[in-house]
Amino acid sequence: MSVINIKNVSFAYDKQMILENINLSVEEKDFLAIIGPNGGGKSTLLKLILGIIKPQKGSISVLGKVPSKSLTHIGYVPQNTNVNTDFPIKVIEVVMMGHVGSKRPLFGYGKDEVLCAMGALSQVGMEKFAQTKIGALSGGQRQRVMIARALCAHPQILILDEPTSSIDITGQKEIYELIKKLNESITIIVVSHDISVILEYANTAAHINKTLSYHDISDKKQTFHTHGSDEHFCEIELLQMLGTDSCETCEPETLAKWRETK
Amino acid sequence: MIEALQFEFMQHALLAGFLVSFAAGIIGSLIVVNRMVFLAGGIAHTSYGGIGLAVYFGLPIFLGASFFAVGAALLIAGLTMKKRHRMDTFIGLIWAVGMAIGVIFVDLTPGYNVDLMSYLFGSILAVSSEDLYFMGALLSLILVVVTFWYRDILAVSYDSEYAGLRDVNVKFFYTLILILSALTVVIAIKVVGLILVIAMLTIPVYIAEKLSNSLFSMMFLSGAIATFFTLVGLWFSYTYNLTSGASIIIVSAVSLGVFLLFHKGK
Repeated sequence: MSVINIKNVSFAYDKQMILENINLSVEEKDFLAIIGPNGGGKSTLLKLILGIIKPQKGSISVLGKVPSKSLTHIGYVPQNTNVNTDFPIKVIEVVMMGHVGSKRPLFGYGKDEVLCAMGALSQVGMEKFAQTKIGALSGGQRQRVMIARALCAHPQILILDEPTSSIDITGQKEIYELIKKLNESITIIVVSHDISVILEYANTAAHINKTLSYHDISDKKQTFHTHGSDEHFCEIELLQMLGTDSCETCEPETLAKWRETK
Repeated sequence: MIEALQFEFMQHALLAGFLVSFAAGIIGSLIVVNRMVFLAGGIAHTSYGGIGLAVYFGLPIFLGASFFAVGAALLIAGLTMKKRHRMDTFIGLIWAVGMAIGVIFVDLTPGYNVDLMSYLFGSILAVSSEDLYFMGALLSLILVVVTFWYRDILAVSYDSEYAGLRDVNVKFFYTLILILSALTVVIAIKVVGLILVIAMLTIPVYIAEKLSNSLFSMMFLSGAIATFFTLVGLWFSYTYNLTSGASIIIVSAVSLGVFLLFHKGK
């Protein structure tokens, strides 16, 4: 079942075309990596999926509805988690912002919200830091808190924008291991520059530079064995390959299936 | 100092100092965490236009200043939501035009000789009972707003983009914070004057931010610290016959210096 369906979507700011005729469908429990150059339209595509902006042409459906109607089922982890670190706020308060519920107490937070937030924190291994000020955490820990905030809404889809851009190498690996674990029950979409890392975890990849080219990369060795050794991929080579409309292994099945949906 | 408490003007001054300081602590916290200090400065100076108009038409000063300040807040809120990248230019413009309007209307007022300095640097020793009602009402309003909408204000202040995704009306709360700032600025003018109001809205907040781990504690700590500064400043002002507003600000600034000196090691 596809959870996100994007059909013939175009988007332009003023007269500058950002996205042109985009088609993409994300299946349940996919791990989709969105890659591409800066200014290529990655963030715009995310905003479209989140319903922050509306496409001028084409249609987007998320979980069978228009994006703004299914927002409560999407978890979103924004790009910059290092802004506002001086802000006097406790970890648990940040996480509770993600809570979705119709009933809310007259003031303060409800018991269910606290429980839900603690649950989300323990999912990311941060429950010990619930009462800590957010600014006292490291970049990696803060990113975990942001993921917990997204999880607090029990999302079916988790969208992460550059989740490791400000984290050291070990921290990056831990974050991706965490996302991989979450992927057992949640559909994941990650926008990232770390191509070699992301390809290790993702099963599909979409390269966006105004237009979109889609690749099934669940079988990495088969996909990439023609490009250098198995263990190490040259990022430039990879980007070029994913940027073209066809690569040898994707061509026969995936692309054919892909074209059908168009 | 003790014998001074028998005078009504001194009792008024102390009560006004407490009410205004607490309002300034709470609203100052919101202004600082939302990075609106320059906006608040713009509103403060624009409100001088309202003072000028009130003097010319013979209206109560608070009324004129409040309407003008709230108008400026709405204008600034609208502009910042639309033209974010040119915001500083617009605020600078509103700032100057507001003051100019005030000066011209004061010029036009026949036989006007009210002390202009008292609005620029405050006149806490001349607080009337009506002023106190206005201050008390505003502080109550602020307390109600931050109590019942604490989580929304927190969400908008910390991460407005995410708050928007969670169905919080970001524009409404952003505008609400600006309107409350405008009203707080108006009552603070009476205590420290419109030139010094920014210091009152920021210095206690800066200290409280370092000592708090939640917005709630920051707001109330700021209120307490601001009250302390105001009372000590008032004492200096009374004892050495100095301008009250300037004394309060100097006490705040020196305390901030001492605080930074001792807090640095931590």
